[in-house]
Amino acid sequence: MVAQTPERSDAELPPPPAPTGATRPRRSLTGYWLILPVVLWLGVFFIIPFYSLVASSLFDPNGSVLTGYDVTFHWQNYPDALREYWRPLLRSLWYAGLATFFCLVLGYVLAYAIAFKAGRWKNLMLVLVVAPFFTSFLLRTLSWKLILGDNGWVVDFLQTVHILGDDGHLLATPVAVIAGLTYNFLPFMVLPLYASLEKIDGRLIEAAGDLYASPARAFFKVTWPLSLPGVVGGTLLTFIPAAGDYINAELLGSPNQSMVGNRIQELFTSIGDYAAAGALSVILMAIIVTMVIFYIRKAGTEELL
Amino acid sequence: MNPLSRLGRWITDHLVMTLGILVLVYMYIPNMVVALMSFNDSSKARNLYSFQSFTLDNWLHPCAPDGMCQSVLKSIEIGLLATLFSTIIGTLGAFALVRHRFVGRSAMNTVLFLPMASPEIVMGSSLLALFVASGLGGRLGFWTILVAHIMFCLSFVVVTVKSRLAGLDDNLEQAAMDLYATESQAFWKVTFPLVFPGILGAALLAFSLSFDDFIITNLNAGQTVTFPMFVWGAAQRGVPMQVNVIGTVMFLLALLVVLSGEFGSRRRAKALAG
Repeated sequence: MVAQTPERSDAELPPPPAPTGATRPRRSLTGYWLILPVVLWLGVFFIIPFYSLVASSLFDPNGSVLTGYDVTFHWQNYPDALREYWRPLLRSLWYAGLATFFCLVLGYVLAYAIAFKAGRWKNLMLVLVVAPFFTSFLLRTLSWKLILGDNGWVVDFLQTVHILGDDGHLLATPVAVIAGLTYNFLPFMVLPLYASLEKIDGRLIEAAGDLYASPARAFFKVTWPLSLPGVVGGTLLTFIPAAGDYINAELLGSPNQSMVGNRIQELFTSIGDYAAAGALSVILMAIIVTMVIFYIRKAGTEELL
Repeated sequence: MNPLSRLGRWITDHLVMTLGILVLVYMYIPNMVVALMSFNDSSKARNLYSFQSFTLDNWLHPCAPDGMCQSVLKSIEIGLLATLFSTIIGTLGAFALVRHRFVGRSAMNTVLFLPMASPEIVMGSSLLALFVASGLGGRLGFWTILVAHIMFCLSFVVVTVKSRLAGLDDNLEQAAMDLYATESQAFWKVTFPLVFPGILGAALLAFSLSFDDFIITNLNAGQTVTFPMFVWGAAQRGVPMQVNVIGTVMFLLALLVVLSGEFGSRRRAKALAG
């Protein structure tokens, strides 16, 4: 008999505010205001500088920092820079490529162990991957100089097993530079690899096993393809900074191992030839961008970070 | 399962972890050397970078080398300012990208990726070209370094905060508002505390990037000397062992901060679980 009026009990309270969609993306001026500082900062100090760099690569090489440069569309700077510096340029790409490969091997093992085997130690291990990098990287690279030095135990050991001759070195050889690059950029490989390995559903790998795939086959047919976004991201984040690096070549190598970064930095700071330095920087960037685009197409993944 | 594949299973189970730990150990070798060298007495042969004899002097008188502690303070000063500024505007930007629609949003995501994917030498030389072109070539120093550091920290801050924000459950804020919280209450009582660990992580990352940067700084520093620049300059003529003290202290401090955060969140998770 009694009519149930469920709305009744709510009557004392005002109705909750209508959903404003606060948490859903919305179109309003607020978005523009929030993003504005980032846009301005990156525009003025990241995008415009590229323009300045390209402009300086077209300077008349006869100018100097003191007398000023004429912007003369001096395209000749590019072939000149290539002719003069093709060796360090190729060496940079070669060293960076090798270092990236070694990082991929080492990084994959570590990322795989963290993602699939670490259990409750997962977060701790991730922290431990990043932690060494709070000691200045210059100091860590200098300590490689000590470890790989002629009196260090690595050289001693390699001499004992006759891989190195009695007067063999590691320092001032490509081996030391590539080892340094591998060490320095390893975390840039581990973190993206971990991120994509961690997303893999472990049941897929089990299913492959249930269908009589050997562990190796399951790995190459299931795990590896699914981790490709991480492989692509990691190799890019390793290769790009490694190709521009000059610290390892300077501290662990000799002038025979100098990379394009060494040349650019010399031209800018001690020689003061802005035209050649600019052209060389633009060439390096152009090569990297071309390789990256080609690589991403080839790997067929657009999803990077 | 035949014994052979059981053996294979055992090897993959334990071998991978062993190899992983070996890689991790490899990553710590230089840190151990730095820590060891901080106890090295190099007074007899300064240009010989090798362990000679044990001393506590470097730890007792860390500021003995000329100009080293000034360079550390300079790096901390630049690091704190760059962190503060890039964290604030980067966080605003992350909110814009996750919570708002605006023209050019996807282009912005690409632009933010670029600084992370450009070689430092190119970014540094571009900035130098800009400063020289605008007549600041003679006034390189503190401010040009700061500007550069904020620039390269920004992307990392936005990406870190963005991923935290994107992983957030939208319904929490909606629930707060169903319970009569105003929009700003819901933001400050629910959203912000949940995003805060992400912001803190971003700030830590920004500080360590800034404190450690050498390539970009070196091109735009003029006469200003930061800690990495001091080490670089000293490396040419023999590094004072005190730099290893600074390196070790920074490492231990960072480890303390990160690990306490890690164990703190583990404790909280346990408390929540009951």
